[in-house]
Amino acid sequence: MNSPHLGKDLLGLEELTAAKIQLLLDTAEPFKEISLRAIKKVPTLRGATIVNLFFEPSTRTRISFEFAEKRLSADTVNVASAGSSVSKGETLVDTARNLEAMKIDMVVVRHAASGAARFLAQRIESNVINAGDGTHEHPTQGLLDMLTLRDHFKRLEGLRVCICGDVLHSRVARSNIWGLQKMGAEVAICGPRSLLPNHVESLGVHVFRRIEEAIEWADALNILRLQLERMQGGYIPSLREYNRVFGVTREKLERAPRDILIMHPGPMNRGVEIDSDVADGPHSVILDQVTNGVAVRMAVLYLLAGGNPALAEAAKG
Amino acid sequence: MASTRSIALDARAVARTLRRMADEIVELFDGTDDLILVGIQRRGVQLADRLVEMIREREGVQLPRGALDITLYRDDLQTVGPRPVVGKTHLPWLIDRQRVVIVDDVLYTGRTIRAALDELADFGRPSRIALAVLVDRGGRELPIHADIVGKKLDVVQPARVDVQVSELDGEDAVTVVTGGEA
Repeated sequence: MNSPHLGKDLLGLEELTAAKIQLLLDTAEPFKEISLRAIKKVPTLRGATIVNLFFEPSTRTRISFEFAEKRLSADTVNVASAGSSVSKGETLVDTARNLEAMKIDMVVVRHAASGAARFLAQRIESNVINAGDGTHEHPTQGLLDMLTLRDHFKRLEGLRVCICGDVLHSRVARSNIWGLQKMGAEVAICGPRSLLPNHVESLGVHVFRRIEEAIEWADALNILRLQLERMQGGYIPSLREYNRVFGVTREKLERAPRDILIMHPGPMNRGVEIDSDVADGPHSVILDQVTNGVAVRMAVLYLLAGGNPALAEAAKG
Repeated sequence: MASTRSIALDARAVARTLRRMADEIVELFDGTDDLILVGIQRRGVQLADRLVEMIREREGVQLPRGALDITLYRDDLQTVGPRPVVGKTHLPWLIDRQRVVIVDDVLYTGRTIRAALDELADFGRPSRIALAVLVDRGGRELPIHADIVGKKLDVVQPARVDVQVSELDGEDAVTVVTGGEA
C-alpha cells in the first residue's frame, strides 16, 4: 500500500524531505500520550498483520516496534534468523515472499547487510520499514533522537549536535547526520580517526579529534556504542585507552561552558564510551529516547498505513 | 461549478444558541454534580470551552473540560485514511461514575461519535454519556442521536456545513456550502 505521506516504505532519512520528517515528528507527538493511558491501545491498525523480521540480534528496537504495533492493535509475528528457515539457508527474499503469501501488510526488517531493506522493498508489495541495515541507516532511531532533542530544546534548527565514537560502524550516525542536517541542525562527529568513515568530509559535518572540543561546542552529545562485534581488531589500542581519550565522563562534562544533553542509542558499554554517572546523571535523556521510540514507531506505522487525507477530512461526520 | 455559501447562524445566533445549549445541559442533568464536558478535536473543544464558561456564569461552577481526538478510532483508515496529523486527547481525571457530555460542532453520519464513544470507553466507565452538537445536519449512517441540538439543518450531500469559531477562524458562524468544492 502506498501512503500519500511517506510512499510505500520507510528505508532511510537520507531520502526523506524535511517536510516529511517534520510530519513524522509532529505525528509522533500525540502518540506519546497513548502510552500513558490505563489502556495503552487504540484500534487504528486493527486487522493489519505486521512481521518483525530480525536477522540480527536486537532487544530494544524489536520490542519497541512490537509495542508500537500492539498499541495500534495490529497482529504481529516475530521472526528471528536463529531457529527459522533462514538458518537452513533460505534467502531474505524467499523468507519475505513466503510471509507475504500469508497475506501480511508490513515487514519490519533488520539485517546485517547495508541496503537489505531497500532490496526487500523492491521485491515485495508489503510496506517495508528499515529497523537497521548494516552500517547504512536506522531511520526510526534517527527520528526518535530528533524527537527527544526537540522535546528538550523546543527546536532543531540551529542546534549543535555532536555524534561521538564509533561513527564508522554506526547506522544510527548516518540517520542522525542526514536527518538533523535536513532539519537545520549543525552536526559534528568526534572519534578516533580509525573509527570515522573515509569520506567524512562529504558528510558536511564538523570533525573533532578531541572529546573536550566536542563538549565545548555542542548542545547535545549523541554517544555511540563501541561496536566491538563489528570490529576485527586494530581499530583502537584498548578499551581503557578509548575511555581515557574519548569516553564521556563527569569530569570532562563539568568543564563544559553550558549544560549538555546526553544521548545514547543503547545498549551502552558503561565505562567505555560513557561512564555510569553520566549515563544516569541529570543531563541524560537516554530513557526518554526509549520512551519516544515507541511513539515514533507508532507514527511511522500509522502514516504508512494511511490513505488519502483529503478524502478523510470530507468523510468526517 | 461555483460554490454558494449561505449563513445558517451568524455570530449572534451562535452565541444565543450556545447559551440555550448550556441551559439545556444543566437541565438535562438536573444540576452540575460530577459533570464533565469533553470536546471533540478540533472545533468541539472551543465550543465546550464556551459552554463551560456559560455554565460557570449561570451556576457559579467551573466544570472540567476535556478534549478527545478520535482520529485513531476511526473505522475507515483502510478506505479513506486518517487525517495526517493526530491531535491530542486530554482527559486528566478519572471518568468512572462521572456524567460526561460530548460536545461537537456538526453531527452528520455518526461515525465520529461512535469513535468518540469507543475512545471514552478506553478511559473508563462514565455513569452516563450525553451528546451536545451545535448543528445536526442529518444523514446518519449509524443509530446515533444527539441529546442537545443547537440547530437542525436539512442538508443533502454533497453540500457541506462549515462551523467557524473565533478562536481558530476569527469569527463565529455556521455556513452551508453547496456546489464548487463542497
